Amino acid sequence: MSPGLAAALQVAVVVAGLALVHRPLGDHMARVFTSPRHLRAERLVYRAAGVDPDADQRWPVYARSVLAFSVVGVLLLYLLQRLQGVLPGSRGLGGVGPTTAWNTAVSFVTNTNWQSYSGESTMGTLVQMAGLAVQNFLSAAVGLAVAIALVRGFVRTRTDRLGNAWTDITRGTVRILLPLAAVAAVALGAGGVVQSFAADQQVTTLAGGTQTIVVGPVASQEAIKELGTNGGGYFNANSAHPFEGPSAWVSLFQVFLLLVIPFSLPRTFGRLVGDARQGRAILAVMGTLWVLAVGLLTAAELRAAGAVPQAVGAAMEGKEVRFGPALSALFAASTTGTSTGAVNGMHDSFTAAGGGVAMVNMMLGEVSPGGVGSGLYGLLVLAVLAVFLAGLMVGRTPEYLGKKIGRREVTLVALYVLAVPVLLLTGAAVTVAAPGLLDASVSQTGPHGLSEVLYAYASASNNNGSAFAGFNAATDYQNVVLGVVMLLGRFVPIVLVLALAGSLAEQRPLPVTEGSLPTHTPVFVGLLTAVAVVVAGLTYFPALSLAPIAEALS
Amino acid sequence: MSVLESPHTPAPHPHAPQAPPARAGAGAFSARQLVAALPDALRKLGPRHQVRSPVIFVVWVGSVLTTVLAVLHPSGFAWSIAVWLWATVLFANLAEAVAESRGRAQAQTLRRTRTETTARRLTADGREERVPGTALRTGDRVVVEAGEVIPGDGDVVEGVASVDESAITGESAPVIRESGGDRSSVTGGTKVLSDRIVVQITAEPGATFLDRMIALVEGSARQKTPNEIALNLLLASLTLVFLLAVVTLQPLAGYSDAQQPVLVLVALLVCLIPTTIGALLSAIGIAGMDRLIQRNVLAMSGRAVEAAGDVDVLLLDKTGTITLGNRQAADLVPAPGVDRRDLADAARLSSLADETPEGRSVVVLAKDEYDLRGTQEGLLDGATFVPFTAQSRMSGVDLVTPDGIRQVRKGAASAVMKWVRDHGGHPTEEVGTAVDAISASGGTPLVVAERTPDGVARTLGVVHLKDVVKEGMRERFDELRRMGIRTVMITGDNPLTAKAIAEEAGVDDFLAEAKPEDKMALIKREQEAGRLVAMTGDGTNDAPALAQADVGVAMNTGTSAAKEAGNMVDLDSNPTKLIEIVEIGKQLLITRGALTTFSIANDVAKYFAIIPAMFMVVHPQLDALNVMRLSTPQSAILSAVIFNAVVIVALIPLALRGVRYTPSSAARMLRRNLLVYGVGGLVAPFVGIKLIDLVVSLLPGIG
Repeated sequence: MSPGLAAALQVAVVVAGLALVHRPLGDHMARVFTSPRHLRAERLVYRAAGVDPDADQRWPVYARSVLAFSVVGVLLLYLLQRLQGVLPGSRGLGGVGPTTAWNTAVSFVTNTNWQSYSGESTMGTLVQMAGLAVQNFLSAAVGLAVAIALVRGFVRTRTDRLGNAWTDITRGTVRILLPLAAVAAVALGAGGVVQSFAADQQVTTLAGGTQTIVVGPVASQEAIKELGTNGGGYFNANSAHPFEGPSAWVSLFQVFLLLVIPFSLPRTFGRLVGDARQGRAILAVMGTLWVLAVGLLTAAELRAAGAVPQAVGAAMEGKEVRFGPALSALFAASTTGTSTGAVNGMHDSFTAAGGGVAMVNMMLGEVSPGGVGSGLYGLLVLAVLAVFLAGLMVGRTPEYLGKKIGRREVTLVALYVLAVPVLLLTGAAVTVAAPGLLDASVSQTGPHGLSEVLYAYASASNNNGSAFAGFNAATDYQNVVLGVVMLLGRFVPIVLVLALAGSLAEQRPLPVTEGSLPTHTPVFVGLLTAVAVVVAGLTYFPALSLAPIAEALS
Repeated sequence: MSVLESPHTPAPHPHAPQAPPARAGAGAFSARQLVAALPDALRKLGPRHQVRSPVIFVVWVGSVLTTVLAVLHPSGFAWSIAVWLWATVLFANLAEAVAESRGRAQAQTLRRTRTETTARRLTADGREERVPGTALRTGDRVVVEAGEVIPGDGDVVEGVASVDESAITGESAPVIRESGGDRSSVTGGTKVLSDRIVVQITAEPGATFLDRMIALVEGSARQKTPNEIALNLLLASLTLVFLLAVVTLQPLAGYSDAQQPVLVLVALLVCLIPTTIGALLSAIGIAGMDRLIQRNVLAMSGRAVEAAGDVDVLLLDKTGTITLGNRQAADLVPAPGVDRRDLADAARLSSLADETPEGRSVVVLAKDEYDLRGTQEGLLDGATFVPFTAQSRMSGVDLVTPDGIRQVRKGAASAVMKWVRDHGGHPTEEVGTAVDAISASGGTPLVVAERTPDGVARTLGVVHLKDVVKEGMRERFDELRRMGIRTVMITGDNPLTAKAIAEEAGVDDFLAEAKPEDKMALIKREQEAGRLVAMTGDGTNDAPALAQADVGVAMNTGTSAAKEAGNMVDLDSNPTKLIEIVEIGKQLLITRGALTTFSIANDVAKYFAIIPAMFMVVHPQLDALNVMRLSTPQSAILSAVIFNAVVIVALIPLALRGVRYTPSSAARMLRRNLLVYGVGGLVAPFVGIKLIDLVVSLLPGIG
């Protein structure tokens, strides 16, 4: 079988799986967020937290709830790491350093899961399970809740209420993420992913040296790592590690897991707005962007120039031989497109063009198909922008799903579109320009060194979490600043999205007529795809031209 | 219609259906206007004016900066960039100045009519005193006689006069203004041609209709509309994005040992920010108002023009808008045993003295269909005409024949049938069914009867009167439906008649036996459902509904109350124009959207011109991005800057004229406009920049 055919086949397998699952899962998620019933387990949570699950919140309250919840999450996770040395289940590891702990706490709460540390040698079982894995669930649930709140903004009319953040987060965790993760964990375990509380084992290698083999509750964490588009691996090598990604089939299954919720949410959206076609249009845009990324990345890796790649048939550097370049390309495109950041190969070693595609995939703003919840709200914000730009061309003031896009909405969307580039470009520019920072983190020179910096800030500001491993993020400066970038990159857009939802919900719906801009047609899908690409392209092209483009063309 | 014209001729609707090409279209535009507007454009170069548009302000700052740099480090390249950046600002001003100058020309004409007048004010004790027109206050009463100019806006409270309003409307035919009723308002600056009227002043000096009109066409009263503000916000944030991209580029370039001269960074920034739409935005708005004014419609705010594009429901008065205005004889139904021609002849004879439009239409029908013209010599000798009165509800003629008197009557079915019955006839058997059938179809039956000298009366037949729907209205409504606009016909007729006409005209819905309150309720109901409503009106009792509607077009012939309440005034008082107003509103929005899309799509090509030019020295491989094969880095950058400036001038005609607009569904319009302005905007600059580069590369020191 030719590598190209194999690549196409594995994409087909993933697509078939998603096609099968996205409808029932999407419908289920729609039911979860509209059902009036509370489960008994959920009631316990509400009682323990002292919240009224039926209180309908205005957008500022919803936003405050999400922020407060996340701040507490950061604090707890920070303390847990700092106190690791005196807590049980540390596998003998000491407390984590302050800047690393800050960076990691922010990273997991913002669903970024950027890891400036090496998993097996820094975090013990307790931190992994009670800290990192918990945030894997909760950060994903926060994204889900915000997306649902935005959809409610479109659905609801003449109200200032967006639902209840506590209920949404709890339900997302209890009814969606936990059951899915349980099933996935069993499947992963069956596929050979380690799940064990055994102590580290010292083994003597064939060469006669000794090696410490670390095992742990990997499968359970792996499941939510992919499902919640988190990406923080138990091991430093992430899904390339034989205990996290034991075989090509498991790796392919992981690709499916990280795509399944983002690709099912458009169905949920269509369900909630009462027009399945609207959901399909959003799905089509996400799908187009994902297929483009997978296609370009695969082509880049399979047709790499240079003596060695030509000799072995593809660019093999940085790839697991068990997976091969095509599966690594598929994984890379999917992980950067979903804000996951898990890897089964080293992005730093990809071809310049391939690494560039991965970087651009993040710079799109994580909408191909994006993280859990964040992908949907990101794309809906872009849809509002597309409607505003092109909607005028049908001779009406712009409207999306019956809601007018006026001054307030445009302001919020404009700020949303502005927020991440500000973080990304200034962050990268400061690292490059400030004396000493560059040398501390970047060993490479030339365009590739610049790529490493851009990649790091693209990953942090878009809450992806994958890295060009050549970039040393474990300096105090980068730990702190990247933490701030992750935090702002997550919550500034979230607050803007909730404000947008509040502004939309207050409106009276406009009737849809022949004269309204149709937002379910192929033309609109093409328009929205183009807007996503052009907005990112125009913002980042100058920077990219000096880094991956210059590198790829040389 | 206020114009003195025979009720026969269908009202002269300049944009009536027969002439569909009269779309929202262009005023003439010539290069001369550009030159004429140049002084104005130069005047606008000051910073105070520039701050109003954030995009152009950035260009202005860039121009100042590059000029300083060119002075400090003079070179052909630096000076070229500086000059072309100034040109960009100038061209943006030019667009606005041209748009304003067209309005100003109209304002000039108007101002000429606002001459100093002397008013004859009536004092409390009924005496007259002469005061200057500017001294008049609301509530004052003035006398105006033939040959005098009306000193201010007001309502006629006494008398009736014909008034020449050509100064305002451009229509030379005089109009009748009378006290009471819906034709009482007069406008300051117009001239009384006959008779004497007393006018009660309703506007303070400086706030008259003429004053407001001058302010509107001059653009001085122009405020940014909601959509314009939103678009400006978006353009400002795009400018910020590009500012960020360019500012952060310098450190990244520094890393790559490709530190850029500030001059080049400024050039890059100016090329990227949406200068095209930023420069043309206010011109588009002014031109939209101007297009309305060219159609003799005055919009009191730009907001109203924008709302017109969004309208979902049109409320159209039946009379004068959908139908020709009066019932007309459409058919003759003879009674059994009566020759159709005899019926026609009798109907005609009985109508000769009937001056009502209905009566005249019977004469016309007889002439057109039965070729009955002139009257037999001597037939009418000694005849007595019986005029139509509200009491008798019939008209007719008593003819002197050799055998005695022959009476012919025509009129309302019940009245004539009673007359026949009183004179021994049996009208019900003869025409009863025909009368019912016509009533049932929504028409009005007129029964024609005669009483022969023997004294017995009989019915001859029935004239079928019906409302005649204007030609082409059905097509117009179909068009509106395709645009997603629903039409509702408003009529005082009974539901049966209303339904028949609604079906014939092809409107979507109708409101029968409508009272002003019903109209108001309908508007509120539609608005409750989120729809935007447009309507026309002229009477005082229309005023609340006009105020409630999102787009209320008052007829100029209407009362001051109606004009005050509406947000547009149609000087031609042509209710059909509402459709055109909607089209102009839509065209305004489409033009804005199209040029925004075009402007942003242009950036792709500019990147391909400038980025390789900037970094080719350190990364020669970036030459692969130089897809246009521009000759040198300097000529590439300069060509992009020149294109960026020139495209503004090239698009001024489009901004003023509005993009081509054909009513069709939103889906089709989106497809077409995306193709033309999106894809076109992507491709055009590649060609344009290449062509400019071919010329620029010939310059010494740059090529």
